[in-house]
Amino acid sequence: MDLLNALVAFANFVLVPGLTYGSQLALGALGVTLIFAVLRFSNFAHGDTMAFGTVMAILFTWLLQSWGISAGPLPTALLALPLAIATTALMVLGTDRVVYRFYRRQKARPIILMIASVGVMFVMNGVVRMILGTREVKFDDGARFLLAPADFRATTGLAEPLAIRTTQAVSVVVAVLCVAALFWFLNRTRTGKSMRAFSDNEDLALLSGINPDRVVMVTWIIAGALATIAGTLYGLDKNYRVFVYFGMLLPIFASAIVGGLGSPIGAILGGFVIAFSEILVTNAWRKILSYLVPESWLGEGLWQALSTDYKVAVSFVILIIVLLVKPNGIMGGK
Amino acid sequence: MRNLSLFAGVAMLFVLTGVFQSWNLSLNILNLALLSAIMAIGVNIQWGYAGLFSAGIVGSVALGGLGVALISGKPAAGAWAAGTPRIAAALAFAAVAIALAVWMQRKLPKGTSRSLATILFLVVAFFIYRGLLDPAVLAVEANNSAQAGHIGGLGLNSLWAWPVGAALAAAAAWVIGKVALGLREDYLAIATLGIGEIIIAVLRNEDWLARGVKNLIDLPRPWPVPYEISLQADPDFVGRVTAAGLDPVATSAITVKLIYAALFTLVLLTLVWLCERALNSPWGRMVRAIRDNEIAAGAMGKHVKFRHLQIFIIGSAVVGLAGAMMTSLDGQLTPTSYTPLRFTFLIWVMVIVGGSGNNWGAILGGVLIGWLYLAVEFLGPQMMGYITAGLPSGELKTRLAESAAHMRLLTLGAIMLVVLRFAPRGLIPEK
Repeated sequence: MDLLNALVAFANFVLVPGLTYGSQLALGALGVTLIFAVLRFSNFAHGDTMAFGTVMAILFTWLLQSWGISAGPLPTALLALPLAIATTALMVLGTDRVVYRFYRRQKARPIILMIASVGVMFVMNGVVRMILGTREVKFDDGARFLLAPADFRATTGLAEPLAIRTTQAVSVVVAVLCVAALFWFLNRTRTGKSMRAFSDNEDLALLSGINPDRVVMVTWIIAGALATIAGTLYGLDKNYRVFVYFGMLLPIFASAIVGGLGSPIGAILGGFVIAFSEILVTNAWRKILSYLVPESWLGEGLWQALSTDYKVAVSFVILIIVLLVKPNGIMGGK
Repeated sequence: MRNLSLFAGVAMLFVLTGVFQSWNLSLNILNLALLSAIMAIGVNIQWGYAGLFSAGIVGSVALGGLGVALISGKPAAGAWAAGTPRIAAALAFAAVAIALAVWMQRKLPKGTSRSLATILFLVVAFFIYRGLLDPAVLAVEANNSAQAGHIGGLGLNSLWAWPVGAALAAAAAWVIGKVALGLREDYLAIATLGIGEIIIAVLRNEDWLARGVKNLIDLPRPWPVPYEISLQADPDFVGRVTAAGLDPVATSAITVKLIYAALFTLVLLTLVWLCERALNSPWGRMVRAIRDNEIAAGAMGKHVKFRHLQIFIIGSAVVGLAGAMMTSLDGQLTPTSYTPLRFTFLIWVMVIVGGSGNNWGAILGGVLIGWLYLAVEFLGPQMMGYITAGLPSGELKTRLAESAAHMRLLTLGAIMLVVLRFAPRGLIPEK
């Protein structure tokens, strides 16, 4: 019976990874939710927009590194982010101009826009593969740990170490800053308010003189920025691989729908709900339990409800339960 | 007339591939394209007839493949004694537990206590299920794990596996449909995307089922298709081929592929005949009426939800059939090859390009895009070779040559977007 060690192990294996992954998912889900709120379709290309943004961040990171610029203990990719965001924003605006605008003017059904987004997904996936191929890229630099396990053990004298990697801390801090900025923008600025008005009632917004093209443009820029940040943070944390971003599509959509599609607060909540449930279900509880109950009680097993390969099943089951029980999500989206 | 020339044009593509590359390659592509066309028919049934957007096609394809592994795979000696019955019992227990949970939800009075009771019941049932399953799985996987380590197949002819693959996909579609149909169309897309991923995850990780990522090889060929080696050993065959002045080795490979192509064409034509009959029957008119206006069709007394479920199951079964045929053709089950881009979204491109709602359109799209997808593999680098011929050899040139290998996603995406915008009804529109 050793409560303190159990708590530290819990923080190390569940709390810290959950907060990190939750922040990344929340940023991704915010992008999906914003596009849904304003443009009214589910953007299947969002995963690949994230991949594109990450590739841009990687390229600019390499450029900065070749110039000898670094961010000290922080990853250089943070410095590359503004440039990556700018290119990604240009790219999504380009797709809007070439693809989506036509259907919007036609007032096509949302499902047609969604199918168009599948085409965009193909193109973007191809572009991303042409730039970096399908290999794994590791691009985090700077200090590896904010809190190294050895230091923690030396200071506290506990058997169980607690490690916080720099990328994990960066993920959470950047996500908090982004969310704060986004909410300030949506609630306090004129453009943000017009975006919300447009999302609530398009006709009324048009009647009161809101320029729809401007609202759509700002939405794409914000969604592109959020996708770039989410993708880069995820890539810093777990290395870049093009397939992984396609796989993020489901947890991201699950987060957005669980929170309530179209509701920004819901997207954040949903991100953490999905992240923590994935980790709680796929975590091997043996280590944490071994501090709480006698070793002999535990037997042979890892005390893992599902292997980590079934992460996707967890977000799916939560998605289905929410859709069946509360179809509008926690925060009551559209 | 226009349609005929379109099909003739696609046929020309295959002839050109045969003349300029090799007939072997051309037939390879043709076989895969025929299978793609069958998958496209399945998706067309769902989307073209009823407007159901499923993003989990890859799951049906994989289940079809699993059907082949279970029916025509070699039996694994000792697996039955090691624990196959116990695995079956565990799965049956899981099915009963889920059915009970659904029954509880329906019969008990609504409220928090009902939800809590159901959750508690499911958690307890889950642990009992794992307790039943885990030892049996360990025993089966330990049984000759280098060659077998799975429950094995029945060793029957591969042809029997085709309907079984379709039935597996249909059964999965029934479960999915019960849960996800009736949701908004984009929710349906996301839910099916999840189911597809889960099916693939199961195939990859459950080694006891079909060896997971260790792959199941040496699946026997369907009945009329001979092996190249036995053809080359057949004096009758060799005699006739040499009399015609052909190389026996190359001809045997082509003969095998031709027999496959004939089999697949037979299945394809049967399906088209059935689909055309269905589409032009009262059933077909009802289904299209539901697609075009659910509320009006409902008011006319049509059972919209039931019809959606029915069509979803039929479409998935057709895709599962094609998946089973593909595994028979490959002779192996490789779970890592089932990627959503290749088997969900590519099939979607085929249906959109060909013309949704029209069976012939789906076939044309399937064969055309099937050809393109595989042909870009050799055309892309060649074209890049011509384009970069003037460049001095250096890093830029090698990078461009490398990137050409990834061109097919880009090409297909661009084609889909262009068709969707300028010919939204596809090459052969619905009548």
